[in-house]
Amino acid sequence: MTVTALKKEQFVKFVLTVFALSSLLFLFLIFAFILIEGLPLFHKAGLKNIIFGLKWAPTKGLFGIFPMIISSFLVTFGALLIGGPMGLSCAVYLSEYSGKKMKMLLKPALELLAGIPSVVYGFLGVIYIVPLVRNFLGGSGFSLLATSIILGIMILPTIISISFDSIASVPKSFREGSLAMGATKWQTLYKVVIPAAKSGIMAGFILGMGRAIGETMAVIMIAGNALKIPTGILDPLRTLTGNIALELAYATGDHRQGLFSTGVVLLVIIMALNYIANFWIKKKRLN
Amino acid sequence: MIQMTRLFYIFIFLVTMTAISCSREGTGDKDDASTITIAGSTSVMPFTEKLAEYFMLDHPDFVINVQGGGSTAGVQACLNRTVDIGMSSRNLKDDEKTLNTITICNDGIAIVVHPNNTINNLTLEQIRDIFNGRIKNWKDLGWIDRRIDAVTREEGSGTRGSFEELVMNKMEIDDGIMVQDSNGSVKEIIATDPYAIGYISLGLLDKRVKGLAIDGIAPTVENIKNGSYLIVRPFLFITNGTPGEKVRLFIDYVLSNDGQTILKKEGLIDIM
Amino acid sequence: MRIKPGNIDKLARIGFNILSFFTVGILVVIISIICVKGFSNINLEFIFSSPEDMGRHGGIFPSIMGTIFLAALSIIFATPLGLGTAIFLTEYTKESVFTKIIRFGVESLAGIPSIIYGLFGFIFFVIKLGMGWSLLSGVLTMTIMILPTIIRTSEEAIKAVPKNLRIVSYSLGATRWETVTKVVLTSAVPGILTGIMLSIGRVVGETAAVIFTMGSSLRLPTSLMESGRTMAVHFYILAREGISMDKAYATALVLVLSITAINILAYYIMNKVVSRYS
Repeated sequence: MTVTALKKEQFVKFVLTVFALSSLLFLFLIFAFILIEGLPLFHKAGLKNIIFGLKWAPTKGLFGIFPMIISSFLVTFGALLIGGPMGLSCAVYLSEYSGKKMKMLLKPALELLAGIPSVVYGFLGVIYIVPLVRNFLGGSGFSLLATSIILGIMILPTIISISFDSIASVPKSFREGSLAMGATKWQTLYKVVIPAAKSGIMAGFILGMGRAIGETMAVIMIAGNALKIPTGILDPLRTLTGNIALELAYATGDHRQGLFSTGVVLLVIIMALNYIANFWIKKKRLN
Repeated sequence: MIQMTRLFYIFIFLVTMTAISCSREGTGDKDDASTITIAGSTSVMPFTEKLAEYFMLDHPDFVINVQGGGSTAGVQACLNRTVDIGMSSRNLKDDEKTLNTITICNDGIAIVVHPNNTINNLTLEQIRDIFNGRIKNWKDLGWIDRRIDAVTREEGSGTRGSFEELVMNKMEIDDGIMVQDSNGSVKEIIATDPYAIGYISLGLLDKRVKGLAIDGIAPTVENIKNGSYLIVRPFLFITNGTPGEKVRLFIDYVLSNDGQTILKKEGLIDIM
Repeated sequence: MRIKPGNIDKLARIGFNILSFFTVGILVVIISIICVKGFSNINLEFIFSSPEDMGRHGGIFPSIMGTIFLAALSIIFATPLGLGTAIFLTEYTKESVFTKIIRFGVESLAGIPSIIYGLFGFIFFVIKLGMGWSLLSGVLTMTIMILPTIIRTSEEAIKAVPKNLRIVSYSLGATRWETVTKVVLTSAVPGILTGIMLSIGRVVGETAAVIFTMGSSLRLPTSLMESGRTMAVHFYILAREGISMDKAYATALVLVLSITAINILAYYIMNKVVSRYS
């Protein structure tokens, strides 16, 4: 190589290194600014008062987000309850029972479902699910139930695709061995295949959880955004994400810092969920 | 085949350029345009938009950008000089008083229910108790046995601030009540949920919701003008210092006969 | 009385069938509702005219353009950054602590929810850097948001290129950069394009991060510092405020059609890769 070619290579490597470092830079910036804005309040108002405080009234100096933490988790578990079994069944169907034609129909259908923006889900939820809940079950319809239903539908593609990958990658020999010993397809499924795909399925569920907890637009349209911990599935609730989105535009000073503190808590929870999910995925790969 | 990537970039570039030039044709040469940016209260915003639409018909060289964000955001943007005019649906707090305020009109706050709701009148105490959580069922007010679905605005909203000041009078709004972040979305809930109750800008009253009389006084423009309906708040235009020439032109229009007539038609209370 | 395993098996099969059709059914219902209710309101005027009376009448042209601007500019910024990172990680370094840290950074960015991006973009670009609600704030925020996707898909695409090609190129005397651009990338282009398409789809459908950075002005942004709406933001405001159900459905239809078209394009490109290598 000539000297200029060498210099060019060095230059290229330098530029690419800078580009690669940019991801770290952005991550750092995001964490830095969210923390800069969010941490002071933890100091001022007290960590316990914020995380375990029951009352959110920022204009009066109260920053308790405990009801919202609970609500975020409630809504997420609700979504898993609704989307989990359906999603898993779909994944099983895709992998074990469907023919090529069905696969070609279902896969793009799932991509489409995943591509629909969350505001559209929220809108349809308000127009159709909320009145359904109100007329048949009571309350205003803006409830834990309605939110769980819509979120459950929204996380279906995530759960289905990850579970499917997991189940499909269980070696054929497992199935054949089980069938050779006289088990039915169903017995093979729930005693051999699914346990073997367990880590991947868990990862899918946890990623679905992450998606549900981080969802904002659909939730603020359907959940009712009340500040109390819901006492029943027909009660309205407010999630951490909803809190930020509802009040960010209006907030100043301590109020705004309170919203950033909410963001810090949200970030911690979601990052934790993501690392757990990645851990399960890697575990699956090792197996 | 590296050409493909290059081609793709060129394509994107062309699309963007075409799009930008297309838009230029619409608004004429940008150097001639006078731009006014306005941001703030979501209550004031639709009316400002309307005024801007009419103003720009007569002054095609003007471009007026109207944003929401909330009364407080509008005031902040004004303090930071990131907008020409801030909109507010509440009075300025003490630490904001350095700004220049112009009242463009007044707006009533109406307590609204679904048209099918048989109740037409409530006392101020009853309204307070509903939003305070003491009264939870419509049967305690003379209607059917059904839980009251009350809706309020979010903390920091100018409308909520005025509601708390003029109606709640130091009593707190209950935690279990639903919250929505704009007049329009509150109205949507009231219009679709027969058991709902909330408060919205008087200017938004129409056939889809029913405004309740408070202590016998109906929420009408006349009753506000004659002083009998007391739940009223000012709509403010806020500027940082005296407004410049172009901004003054728009403000004068809003305060003129034409502007005030438009606002009156929308259900607001003019200040002529 | 014990149920025969064979019957349970049949039940299971039927059960799975039902649940799967139910899932597809949900999609069909969603798409049908949007199509049926939105179709009657879509015409050329809707696409090319501006909204009047807060969106009660008129069209959504400014929002369409806002969406195109935001997506195009975000891609223009994110692709070199993302592709460069992917090339760096695959071609220029061996797996080490350094690459692990960078991957950690990318994975973490990928996991951050959109409202946090909105929060960050708001405090950093809109407030601290003083850009205000503007196209630029939106573009910069979305660039960071789609970066992980571009990095991931590019990496996959580059890794899929057979090692032989590289070996042959080096043996012919090419430098590393020449090999990367002339050999590896040219083969990986379809996979990279797929990633770009997916990211465009994400930008088009995003609302929370956009509304707090780009704002929600109804006018068409004629410069980077002006605010504007994307279709998703416009739809959200129409729907939430109950301004016009008709226009809301119509906007939703345009929105969903755009994303579908982008996804189909991505699929088409992906299939070209599969057919080329098989």
